[in-house]
Amino acid sequence: MFEVRIHSRGGQGGVTAARLLALAAVRDGKYATAFPFYGAERRGAPVVSFVRIDGSPIRISSQIRKPDLVIVLDPSVMDVVDVLQGIKPGGRVLVNAREPRDMGGHPACSVDLTGIALREKLEVAGSPILNTAVLGALAKMGIISMESAKSAIREMFSDPRNVSAAEAAYRELAA
Amino acid sequence: MLTVATGNKAVAAAVKEAAPAVVAAYPITPQTEIVEQIAEYVSSGELRSQYIPVESEHSAMAACIGASVTGARTFTATSSQGLQYMHEMVNWAAGARLPIVMANVNRALGPGWNIWAEHTDAIQERDSGWLQVYVGSVQEAFDAVLMAFAIAEDERVLLPVMVNLDGFLLSHTMQPFEVARAGDFIPPLHLPHAIDPAAPGGYGTLTGPEDYFKLRWDIERSMRDSAGVIRETQERFARTFGRKYGMAEEYRCEDAEVIVVAMGTLGREAEVAVDLLRGEGIRAGSMRVRWFRPFPRLDLSGRDVVVIDRDYSFGFGGVLAGSLAAAGGARPFSVIAGLGGQEVTYEDIAGFVRERRPGEEFWFGVNGDV
Repeated sequence: MFEVRIHSRGGQGGVTAARLLALAAVRDGKYATAFPFYGAERRGAPVVSFVRIDGSPIRISSQIRKPDLVIVLDPSVMDVVDVLQGIKPGGRVLVNAREPRDMGGHPACSVDLTGIALREKLEVAGSPILNTAVLGALAKMGIISMESAKSAIREMFSDPRNVSAAEAAYRELAA
Repeated sequence: MLTVATGNKAVAAAVKEAAPAVVAAYPITPQTEIVEQIAEYVSSGELRSQYIPVESEHSAMAACIGASVTGARTFTATSSQGLQYMHEMVNWAAGARLPIVMANVNRALGPGWNIWAEHTDAIQERDSGWLQVYVGSVQEAFDAVLMAFAIAEDERVLLPVMVNLDGFLLSHTMQPFEVARAGDFIPPLHLPHAIDPAAPGGYGTLTGPEDYFKLRWDIERSMRDSAGVIRETQERFARTFGRKYGMAEEYRCEDAEVIVVAMGTLGREAEVAVDLLRGEGIRAGSMRVRWFRPFPRLDLSGRDVVVIDRDYSFGFGGVLAGSLAAAGGARPFSVIAGLGGQEVTYEDIAGFVRERRPGEEFWFGVNGDV
């Protein structure tokens, strides 16, 4: 079982990112579930969503306490949330940032998802859309195949710039 | 094709396949996405139903009753306070022998105001004459809605069916699922006591003690017959779509010395606890109760039983535990857990089994960890 926790802010598309990742994993022939943590969420507040990926059907509904991978879509949440809480020893981190960041000694990758989204003009109501680009980064990290990433994006979004954003993130991911 | 969607979307997709003539509904968290999606299907022409946006849940069920009595296939969905508000009409639907299908997204009752999963909302309707099924996955939610129409509308049943799915844990959790094309799986509805709008009439429903008693018995007779119809329908579903369901889902029970009984997502999580316990040398098994009405016969003889109730009847106890004790004479370790969406992990469930105390009741998180 591979468990992922996604940190973002309400309205940034963290839930959609979780769904895209689950869909891509399913297209890879695996089982996956994606779910948000529902609290008193509101636009702009720190939120988390979860993805489980496994080779057999997933029967667990409870929240993920010990993630194998933490994705930080909005680095500003790190000022208020301990994004590394419970992460497994050796667990990996993916951060939306231009420069590599020290993530408590955990193997960390960074990619400028915001810059990519702005370059591709992927914006909704003035906010950059990060959840399609992040799939390219996850493919580069070997979590899903790039083929399935693109297929998942095409199933959910008709605008081809979403696939271009994922391809850019795949190229630009810095380990 | 396999897709990834929430339990709510899966319910709506199943309703599209069943193509009810009338859908009347009122939105309520965490059910809203079901009726939103159905409204979209109707608006886009993908579903040719009369969609009646009503002003309350009481009206939603009243509208379903009015439509159903003309012999029309009907559907509604609700949750928690909404189900409470339609309570009078819930009983009417069963008494009038109308095969209405309703999805209920299980949510705690207020106050305290709480939108998360609990089964007490549906459990409080257990004596209404509705059949009740509780599902454990998104695929099962889809499959249960399709089967619910076939079971409710069978002339041996003609009782309404409530499909229950856990708030957020299923309603908002995305899982892979396959949209099965209903085809002719659900035969056309023939309601023997339908009123023809072209030749309007009505029923005088005032009924004296002798006839009322017969009508009540007739509900119970159909409820008993429904167990066979459920079995037939589930077998036909398995032959048609390849997925098998029982009254309860048994997991590693053959040689089990202790069996965990639960409903909904807790029953699925319990299977993971069983695997964990087996790894420790404890011969555990799990029975996930799907059909709560009619209540199934479970073979629990000679084993310890740990029942997890995501509900409570004040002054009595966990309703599932009490039902099992009444039906089979079991002296379960009765665990009350998950109320108001309380997080219960498979590790917690394994703990209930290891520390079981047959005959006692334990409130998880109130007594502290076992």
